[in-house]
Amino acid sequence: MHIVFELEKTDTTESTNLNQKLTKLMETALFTANNIWMMLCTGLVFFMHLGFSFLEIGLTRQKNTINILFKNIFIITAGLLLYYIGGFNLMYPGFEEGDLGLFKFAGFGIAAPEGGMTPEYASGGYTWWTDFLFQGMFAATAATIVSGAVAERVKLGSFFLFTIIYVGLVYPIVGSWQWGGGFLSSLSYGSAEGFYDFAGSSIVHSVGGWAALIAVYLLGPRIGKYTAEGKANAIPGHSMPFTTAGVLILWLGWFGFNGGSQLAMGSAEDVNAIANIYINTNIAAAAGVVVALFLSYIRYGKVELTMTLNGALAGLVAITAEPLMPSVPMAAFIGGIGGLIVVVTVPLLDKLKIDDVVGAIPVHLFAGIWGTIAVVFSNPDATLTAQLTGIVLVGVFVSVASAIVWYALALTLGIRASKEDEINGLDLSECGLEAYPEFSRG
Amino acid sequence: MKKIEAIIRKSKFDEVKKALHDVGVVFFSYWDVTGVGNEKQGHVYRGVVYSTSDIQRRYLSIVVTDEFVDTTVKTILETAKTGNVGDGKVFVTPVEDAYRIRTGENGYNGIN
Repeated sequence: MHIVFELEKTDTTESTNLNQKLTKLMETALFTANNIWMMLCTGLVFFMHLGFSFLEIGLTRQKNTINILFKNIFIITAGLLLYYIGGFNLMYPGFEEGDLGLFKFAGFGIAAPEGGMTPEYASGGYTWWTDFLFQGMFAATAATIVSGAVAERVKLGSFFLFTIIYVGLVYPIVGSWQWGGGFLSSLSYGSAEGFYDFAGSSIVHSVGGWAALIAVYLLGPRIGKYTAEGKANAIPGHSMPFTTAGVLILWLGWFGFNGGSQLAMGSAEDVNAIANIYINTNIAAAAGVVVALFLSYIRYGKVELTMTLNGALAGLVAITAEPLMPSVPMAAFIGGIGGLIVVVTVPLLDKLKIDDVVGAIPVHLFAGIWGTIAVVFSNPDATLTAQLTGIVLVGVFVSVASAIVWYALALTLGIRASKEDEINGLDLSECGLEAYPEFSRG
Repeated sequence: MKKIEAIIRKSKFDEVKKALHDVGVVFFSYWDVTGVGNEKQGHVYRGVVYSTSDIQRRYLSIVVTDEFVDTTVKTILETAKTGNVGDGKVFVTPVEDAYRIRTGENGYNGIN
């Protein structure tokens, strides 16, 4: 009312000035709102690294706890630094018209471009550095997924090197194909018209999942995991409270992972979209839990906590490719199938003697593939051809890349801890410390 | 002087401790033990169904002078019982002597 009053009693020149002022004010307000949102989401995605750490610690034996903590702190650190040094420029190289969209590198080191810290950049959606940090938090996730699968027997140094190559090169190259404006985003042949992966069921989760599968295959199972006849033994993790805390933290982090992938919260459309993303993300997780809980009860006669928790994650991974468009029942269906995938494929991997300690392959790879396919159920622009093409191309590239890296490491440094170290625990042999000295059983 | 060793259910420990206290047996050591036996416990972990015969129990070691032996054993037998398989065992063995470190006393005075 105050503003209207002012307008009425001013002449034309003054009202133009006032309009300019108002526009400027609005711009600043939107810029602020957008950046608050993105910074908050960046923090939530960062928090997921604690979730991954807790989940992995909980599902492994206490003698390997410090080794796992090291892997996790290293991954986020390396992820950020490598993303700064070259990853970001590899992932967002600025493909131009006529580029193949396969590979381009915009140079080492980054600095905010002119206007990068003002509302002019990205239509005021975020500042350059906000953008960098949000994307940087994602970058490390792909390697974290591998960490859980190879736990309890991988050599720490070799895992560090793998992380550097995977986060520094492989993930950004794949990311550039889609989010960097590369060939996947504009895929066009036959009925295919663009690949759709909103927040990374394929581009993040499957990328981690494929590498996990290759690594676990090359590493072999933990000592004592399978009998000579090939029967699986249980190697219970040492802390179910840690595991549960980890999954709940990851679930919380997903608010930022999917919600932040809207990349703005400065308009009614954005708010509307984020509300949809939130409800679908949460319903999918809940459906994953319920399905995994009931199926594990039907199959084993007991409600199985770790499968149920994996079910939540599988639901989250599955909805990540398209959390915006599905109706709520559709989101429940997509997440619920995620839960089903966990209960079916965890024992299946055991049959194949693939010793995936935390269930990274079912959760991130299988549910990721499912989620990427499920985009076609709700997004009218997505085509099955394009989705399958994306899944296969991403799968082939990252599998070959990680196979080369792990093979090279196996031939040089070795990728597996010695038998004695594995039995005594990697904490003592590699870190010289016990996680809980006062409760040590050696 | 006898040593009475009892392996009892953890769930019965508080009752046994109180009952022993009531009859005047106020000093003893105990620790948690894992044993094997007939009882099987079903487990499920990440799709692997298995059973273990590992059983968790509490182990009491009580050294008493002769006049306390019968009451101690009787108290444990009464209070540690549920009537189900797995209630535990009590063993009685002779002890030659006992010394109190603080005073150097031995025999009857070493304990009481």
